[in-house]
Amino acid sequence: MKLACAALLAALREPAAMAGFDANTWDRVVRQAAAAGVLGRLGALARETGIDEALPAPVWRHMQALLTLAGQQKRAVRWELVQLSRTLANLAGPVLLLKGAAYAAADLPPAAGRLFADIDLLVPKSQIDAAEAALMLDGWNSSHHDAYDQRYYRKWMHELPPMMHIRRQTVLDLHHNILPETARIRVDPAPMLAASRTLPEFPRFSIPTREDQVLHSATHLFHEGEWQHGLRDLVDLDAMLRAYAHDPAFLDHLIGRAEGLGLGRPLFYGMRHAERLFATPLPQGLLDRCPDRSGPLQTAVMDRLFHAAFATAHESCRTPLSGVAAWILYLRSHWLRMPPHLLVPHLMRKSWGRHVGKTSAGGERGTENDV
Amino acid sequence: MTLKLGDLPREELCRRLARGLTLTTGPFRFRLQSRQAGVAEGLATLYADFPVLEDTDFRDFHVRVDRVRGPRRWFRPQVNFWFDGYAPFTPLPADHAFALLEWGMNWCIASHAHHYLLLHAAVVERRERTVILPGDPGAGKSTLTAALALSGWRLLSDELTIVDRDDGLIVPLVRPVSLKNRSIDIIRAFDARAVLGVAAHDTHKGTVSHLRPPAASVARMAEKGRAAHIVFPRWKAGASTRLSHHSKADAFMHAANHAFNYSLLGRLGFELNAALIDACDCWDFEYSQLDEALGAFEELVA
Repeated sequence: MKLACAALLAALREPAAMAGFDANTWDRVVRQAAAAGVLGRLGALARETGIDEALPAPVWRHMQALLTLAGQQKRAVRWELVQLSRTLANLAGPVLLLKGAAYAAADLPPAAGRLFADIDLLVPKSQIDAAEAALMLDGWNSSHHDAYDQRYYRKWMHELPPMMHIRRQTVLDLHHNILPETARIRVDPAPMLAASRTLPEFPRFSIPTREDQVLHSATHLFHEGEWQHGLRDLVDLDAMLRAYAHDPAFLDHLIGRAEGLGLGRPLFYGMRHAERLFATPLPQGLLDRCPDRSGPLQTAVMDRLFHAAFATAHESCRTPLSGVAAWILYLRSHWLRMPPHLLVPHLMRKSWGRHVGKTSAGGERGTENDV
Repeated sequence: MTLKLGDLPREELCRRLARGLTLTTGPFRFRLQSRQAGVAEGLATLYADFPVLEDTDFRDFHVRVDRVRGPRRWFRPQVNFWFDGYAPFTPLPADHAFALLEWGMNWCIASHAHHYLLLHAAVVERRERTVILPGDPGAGKSTLTAALALSGWRLLSDELTIVDRDDGLIVPLVRPVSLKNRSIDIIRAFDARAVLGVAAHDTHKGTVSHLRPPAASVARMAEKGRAAHIVFPRWKAGASTRLSHHSKADAFMHAANHAFNYSLLGRLGFELNAALIDACDCWDFEYSQLDEALGAFEELVA
């Protein structure tokens, strides 16, 4: 990864470096960045740094295309929020926007040039049935019709099966928690919901506090096993930490919040790897204050695995270890997600489903549309 | 002097194609990779005048057409198209390899080049007057475009009209003209010098064959055009040649509805499209005889 992806990482870390790339380097970097979902981000960084004019014209064109696409998604998600405000008008309690939709709607630090495939909503568990009913009445249909998939989501997961609007084709994930019911870490979403702040422009919706944005992003990255987006998610974390960490009170709150929610480990991994890959400026000793750190041996092993996995998006980055690492982390994400007596039958069922050509829930390794 | 694809002996072409050959078409550089003889054949026939670049240059799209793995590699062999390792289509019979490459290249542009406004229309030019030909499938757009290209008109594109966001000018793409079914024989009969590639039969569009673009059009692929007319052609059996005014409002809506990325561009898409329609005279054009049609087009740019 060091060599094959060095230029891409350098560009994300120090955007001005892009002005010195030769054509050959760009030929690799543009493809790697596109596959990892960070080409739009590179474009936004180039523009921010004022070096867009110094880039080769064909390269800038690709970035501008992605910035255009990101602009369209931002308009689209805002329009969806107008619609959804009406659909969910009578629902009690807050409706939280998570990840991509929250970044775009509230113009949070990772938003510039970032693409996303679906809208993630979080409601209190007591409201999930009412929310689903309101959505269905307004034309949102469940995309998984298989009885097993429905049961898998409803019984064990922290979200309902993805829903799609019949006319607008938008995909929406309705969550009641940030980790599955069966996960090793039990998270109580109530404090996140309680602390959230309402969006002035879309008062039906709220976004998590800055601390909770970081914690959710890190938890999603290190627990869900969607490694084809791993690098982009780490870029999100880096962007948030850079923007928020100027405020010393923020970091204190972040550490305290991680402790309170039991999310110290993903925060530790998130800060450690953001710092290692992107030199995120974090105060010295901050990592040592993180609750639930891994031990030295475990840290060394996980470093190797995560580094290999961050490089899986494009074939030119992959090393012989990448495939193995991705597989181990895939198993790890399931291990964290469910206890063995549920996991083993589930994986067997999915593996069988794959052989007979049926798709099954919870096991998709990501598709092109799943940006 | 730039190296042209036609300068490469066939073995050299196949050798380069196996490891990756960089081809320029309009503003895009493709790195093409294939071990299929049909692909080399198609390229040698249709892209002979196109410049070939060094492998150290930046390429916009890295594409590959090759046999699929598994039993269908040998039994009723199939090929697929890969865009930088990702296969967006389902495999096709091996003898459709070149047609699949052409569709794949179109897909690359239509689904990535959002730096431009991309309209679904052919573009030709004569006396520095660029004419855009939007057309529904079956309207005879490609046949007319091929006939114009064979009659001294400059070919900019037969399917994708590329509008530059900075100056509103039309960016040439210059690729082989895709002819379907009866059009193939019509164009052969129209001009005996027309060079056509090997036909692919029983595709989802029927029989498809491509016309080699004129060398003069290829040589001018970097020169943008200024649109003067938008003509909606319609071939109708027995119809007499007739050019009549088409409402600008309708032309605007048609272009927007048939564009690949109009709404994606948001306000910019509206502004580019509006400026284009404002600058053009818009026409309906009904015809049945190619010769008469060409005469009418000559008058249009006289």
